[in-house]
Amino acid sequence: MDTRFWLLQLFNGVSYGALLFLLGSGLSLIFGVMRIVNIAHGSYFLLGSYVALTVIWTTGSWLLALPAGALAIGLLGLAMERIFLRPLGFDVLRQVLVTFGFMLLFQQAALDIWGGDNFMINPPAQLTRSIAVGTLHLPLYRIFMIALAAAIGLALWFVLERTRVGAMVRATVDDAEMARGIGIDTARVSMLVFALGALLAGLGGVIGGAFLGVYPGVDLQILPIAFAVVIIGGMGSLAGAAIGAVLVGLADNFGKALFPEISYFTLYAPMVLLLAVKPTGLFGRE
Amino acid sequence: MRTGVSRRRKLWAVVALLIAVAAITPHSTPFLVLLITRILILAILAMSVDLLLGFTGLSSMGQAAYLGLGAYLTAILATRCQFGLGWDFLLVILFGILLGVATAALFGLLALRAGGVYFLMITLALSQCVWGLAYRWNSLTGGDNGINLPDRPVLGMIRLGNDAAYFYLVLGFFLVSLVSLYVLVQSPFGHSLVGIREREVRMRILGYNTWLHKYIAFIIAGGFGGLAGVLWAELSGQVSPEELTLTTSVDALLMVVLGGPGTLMGGVFGAAIVLFLREYLSTLVPWWQYVLGGIYVLAIYYLPDGLLGLLRRSPDAAVAAAEPVPSRGVGAAVGRHGTALNPKRRVSE
Repeated sequence: MDTRFWLLQLFNGVSYGALLFLLGSGLSLIFGVMRIVNIAHGSYFLLGSYVALTVIWTTGSWLLALPAGALAIGLLGLAMERIFLRPLGFDVLRQVLVTFGFMLLFQQAALDIWGGDNFMINPPAQLTRSIAVGTLHLPLYRIFMIALAAAIGLALWFVLERTRVGAMVRATVDDAEMARGIGIDTARVSMLVFALGALLAGLGGVIGGAFLGVYPGVDLQILPIAFAVVIIGGMGSLAGAAIGAVLVGLADNFGKALFPEISYFTLYAPMVLLLAVKPTGLFGRE
Repeated sequence: MRTGVSRRRKLWAVVALLIAVAAITPHSTPFLVLLITRILILAILAMSVDLLLGFTGLSSMGQAAYLGLGAYLTAILATRCQFGLGWDFLLVILFGILLGVATAALFGLLALRAGGVYFLMITLALSQCVWGLAYRWNSLTGGDNGINLPDRPVLGMIRLGNDAAYFYLVLGFFLVSLVSLYVLVQSPFGHSLVGIREREVRMRILGYNTWLHKYIAFIIAGGFGGLAGVLWAELSGQVSPEELTLTTSVDALLMVVLGGPGTLMGGVFGAAIVLFLREYLSTLVPWWQYVLGGIYVLAIYYLPDGLLGLLRRSPDAAVAAAEPVPSRGVGAAVGRHGTALNPKRRVSE
């Protein structure tokens, strides 16, 4: 357990956190704007991986698979919100059950289309090298993940904080009724935010498929972890999602490395304590 | 809300149904005996969820934790200590209930600090803690593979390894659970729970310690969850982290919502439907999960009060409509929680 071990675990934790940010930021925004607890978010992740695989198999291009997977899932989310979720309103339990039903439907559909085999998404060779930093050899792909998540995080922050559309989203988060009162089309804001969240999850699926693998069950495995990110950071907060993602990534990595027998416990127990002390998470508002 | 005659008629219907199940099941196919035993066990879990959701207005997404605790306790005692193979199995059941109660007493302290969607999330996180231990603590729980149990206990002359005998044991515990929960929800305590579901602030103003009421309901639900876990472990002969996942908890919620929240029996019918689909339809067609997923979605849109809600609406709809009692549907049960999570939307008392 020298410094190299700690640095490597730190790096692995942060890069896993980068992946979790892609999932968590969308989930968090969806909750903030629409108060929807979206159980199907894990399915978006898995379906994003599968769509990317199909694109890679047919065209051979990973670079094309990246936007294709994200956009396909974004459209899926758009349709799902428009047709099914909007009429539900703010009833948490009904949202949970409906989105869980969709998770089952997506699960079966994915099984029928892509089968039950374990796949890997292979990124282009340029990204599979590793580079030496000091005495450490860091896989370039993980550095790419961190860079991509950082770029998306900054872009999201810019749009939310500096643009007119972002102001409309923030107004809807703060007080949807008031926002409607001053002429903001909150239904459209909700639809776009939901689609954006789905798109980010799909993108996460393409990125993560090279790293976690693609197989039936990934959806349910990643979902509670995405919830942990959102809950720790505070639902509806972008900065919270970023910090939550890094914290969960680190907790998961160090937990598995240091206390393998209770590694998931070391992930969820702090989450419980945080929730009990501050139910709205680190950055959530009352 | 209901007239005396109507309630008595419902009681008789339930009694007749249970007698029919008790009489017919052992003479049906071995597969059906197992399926009905499963339904009865998960019905106990569903009723515990109903106590929280339908009567108290708390939607818990972590009831699988107690099922898992009871199941793992049974498996670990049987394989490590050879405990619970004879009459001491009754003690295992007691320990399972006590473990559920004790865990719920601890979890409740944390979970009840939050309401609405945060309660949902914290119960999910708590059950994920238990799942994480089951999944990773290899030396105790066998990790991903779980634990295989030895043969079912032998109680004197009765070999529970016989599925019909085990069915009667489970039926007995199911009846005890049903009757005791029925007595509980009809008691003044149960009525206070409904009051909390409908208007917690008002109950608090009236001087009720609403936190304590919710805490006690949470603990009782944990105890029944532990009981279901012990019975479940012995039925399937193995335990694995699979039973502790989100799916079990959400299934239990669906059972209640599908059957009708706030009715106890609704959870029983819901358990029957969900398990029939999961266990029976899955042997017939490969696309059974479309049916289950479809039911999840459609039930929410078309059965807001569950199946028993349909019954209630038809004959005495006029009576129900005339009385100023709010509907007991999901919408009413959690709608207020749903709105409470956005304080700006809450209508002040």
